[in-house]
Amino acid sequence: MRIGLFATCLGDTLFPDAVKATAVLLTRLGHDVVFPPGQTCCGQMHVNTGYQREPVPLVRNFADQFGDPSLDAVVMPSGSCAGSVRHQHEIVADRYGDEALRAGVAAVKAKTYELSELLVDVLGVTDVGAWFPHRVTYHPTCHSLRMLRVGDKPLRLLRAVDGIDLVELPQADACCGFGGTFALKNAGTSAAMLQDKTDHVRSTGADVCTAGDSSCLMHIGGGLSRIKAGTRTLHLAQILAATRTAPLPLPQPEAAR
Amino acid sequence: MSSSPTRPDPTHPDGSGRSGGGTFLGLPAVPPRSPYGTGNLRGDRAFPRAAREELGNEQLRRNLTRATHTIRGKRLAVTGELPDWERLREAGSAIKTDTMNRLPELLEELERKVTERGGTVHWARDGVEANEIVTRLVEATGSDEVIKVKSMATQEIGLNEHLESRGIAAHETDLAELIVQLAGDKPSHILVPAIHRNREEIRDIFRDRIPGVDPGLDAVPAHLAAAARAYLREKFMTVPVAVSGANFGIAETGTLSVVESEGNGRMCLTLPRTLITVMGIEKVLPRYRDLEVFLQLLPRSSTGERMNPYTSLWTGVTPGDGPEEFHLVLLDNGRTAALADRIGREALNCIRCSACLNVCPVYERTGGHAYGSTYPGPIGAVLTPQLAGMDAAKNDPNSSLPYASSLCGACFDACPVKIDIPSLLVELRHQHTEQAGTTAEKLAMKAAAAVMSRPQLFTAAQKAAAPARLVAGRDKVISRLPPPFDGWTDSRDLPAPPRQTFRSWMASEEGAAALRAAAEEGRRSRDGRGGRPDDGHDGKHDDDRPDGRHGDPHHGEEER
Repeated sequence: MRIGLFATCLGDTLFPDAVKATAVLLTRLGHDVVFPPGQTCCGQMHVNTGYQREPVPLVRNFADQFGDPSLDAVVMPSGSCAGSVRHQHEIVADRYGDEALRAGVAAVKAKTYELSELLVDVLGVTDVGAWFPHRVTYHPTCHSLRMLRVGDKPLRLLRAVDGIDLVELPQADACCGFGGTFALKNAGTSAAMLQDKTDHVRSTGADVCTAGDSSCLMHIGGGLSRIKAGTRTLHLAQILAATRTAPLPLPQPEAAR
Repeated sequence: MSSSPTRPDPTHPDGSGRSGGGTFLGLPAVPPRSPYGTGNLRGDRAFPRAAREELGNEQLRRNLTRATHTIRGKRLAVTGELPDWERLREAGSAIKTDTMNRLPELLEELERKVTERGGTVHWARDGVEANEIVTRLVEATGSDEVIKVKSMATQEIGLNEHLESRGIAAHETDLAELIVQLAGDKPSHILVPAIHRNREEIRDIFRDRIPGVDPGLDAVPAHLAAAARAYLREKFMTVPVAVSGANFGIAETGTLSVVESEGNGRMCLTLPRTLITVMGIEKVLPRYRDLEVFLQLLPRSSTGERMNPYTSLWTGVTPGDGPEEFHLVLLDNGRTAALADRIGREALNCIRCSACLNVCPVYERTGGHAYGSTYPGPIGAVLTPQLAGMDAAKNDPNSSLPYASSLCGACFDACPVKIDIPSLLVELRHQHTEQAGTTAEKLAMKAAAAVMSRPQLFTAAQKAAAPARLVAGRDKVISRLPPPFDGWTDSRDLPAPPRQTFRSWMASEEGAAALRAAAEEGRRSRDGRGGRPDDGHDGKHDDDRPDGRHGDPHHGEEER
């Protein structure tokens, strides 16, 4: 398969390891990973903060970059960005775009997947040949869970990882409190939500807290780092990309630094 | 018979969006919102500020966490046991959507039927008119007291305060409402108004405020309930006028309905000589049989019960049975304005079950008072700005409500009529930014979009961000940021930008080598399986092989 990789602006700039792992994983599975170099940002932050005119060029750029019919699918290691492409781009295009944009958005939307969806639904694989001999707990991010409805696909992928000690996260489906600009506009409430999430992560004794979205992991990881919890955050892709041949050494936990 | 000359003209849906409305002097006009400065649809400060104070109240947070989690569990149990729950939700959503699409005709049908059965219908454009109508009706009875059934609509318009200003005492009879009223407090939850109080606090309120109560009253719930009962029974027996809200008003028959748990509502609806019901116009349902759907959806979603203990239904008046005089006040108060909003109108489908409050992670931390409105929580954050507007004054506190959500979507899943609250919040945020003119945030968003829509500029900006590594400590962690980002670093670190962006890695020899190695590893691993069909190529089969996990892929690797 020829798969277009959308790095997401956050992943490209702040969390490149999650995107590298996505590229490595899909390549290892025998696919052709294409990175359209003109890509930038899906505009999710704009739309979620109330701006729909401003991101029109971003939506257009996304449709242009990934509209290439030679791409069989478009993947991104982010549930919320995939949610934006699938649910918000058409709102923006309907309201402020033209006919060409609406058509472009609809075409790209139909072949856009978050990583676990692509693996399980499109590529039909749950055992990706990964090896990760560590205790891991999984946080299902809100947009993966309730916007994209990925269900237990990420957990099925994790359960098939060799050597993994997968522990259930209490109240896993509760929001971590990130919510994009919510974490700035309502920082106190967001922090109260985060505190409960980090308490639950700590209670699992996991070496690693994983999720399908670097933005939520930035939030949870930022909280774990502040309290020196000793638990690291890794993107789901990083665990799935790790093998015996190319293992992923655990990064130092924040507490030990 | 319609007794009021001011009758709202609910806009028939025409798909024209927000500008659709009634006419004023022949010109198209936007329907009025609830008038500024009236009723209880606006707090005195923005949500983040109000929330900060509430977050500091440890007792409140403990009460809220316990109460919301208990009720969540109950709701999940009684909704999970119904095989057709999702179909019920769809039916509820469809009936409500149909209702809103032909609200004017349904309201006229309701008026006709209520009138035929001996009731009197009054139309109130807003809370001010509704308060006046109710006060006039009470005054006509000669009573200076009314007993009240728990009602959101009368709270919304501040009826109790208005009656008090005219020398009429309104006694709340719902136990929790009574607690709130006696304490001079405001409700903080649609269904459980005193959720923010624990039993010791309630004991103190009763001891101080109920006349003649035993000064040795303890905090045992049964004793508290008995004290309230003794007080309320006397009111039921002596007060000749009751005021209620309505959960449903059936257009087909003119039947009104209230559902409740305590039976105190039933007392109010049956004992007094005069009954006055204030009903938001969106509460109408087309047919009697629609109750079949809603009497399943509502109790299971709100209290987590299969059936609520008391369901009262009444149609007009019946000689020798119940109130001799019945008045129905149909309240607009911004509902027509909401109806005129092609997207926002979905919030009018709400049946006030409060399931969205109980699952909301924001409500769970802040409680209801932070929202400043009769309607708190996720539904309040979309309903309040639509009923009362969010730019009625400079820095209108209501403009902060659509942002009081992380958009986690739990409310959408819990809603029995499938209101897509997260999408409505995003829509209202958009309406707010459109109304707000030029702000620093808008300029920043424009600038960000301008950079991000040009790949070369974006790449340059990424490079410009790299020096942020310098402000990070040796541990590559940023723990202090300037405003407006300081809210983040108050309780979270931020990783320093890495040395290399993904795109530069992807274009580098290092990236190319890594992908070559991955491709090679994959090939070996597939070859090692002895030519079995590959996981990733055909995309047709699921890979949940019982033997697969510890099998071939790793043998291949180990052979190297």
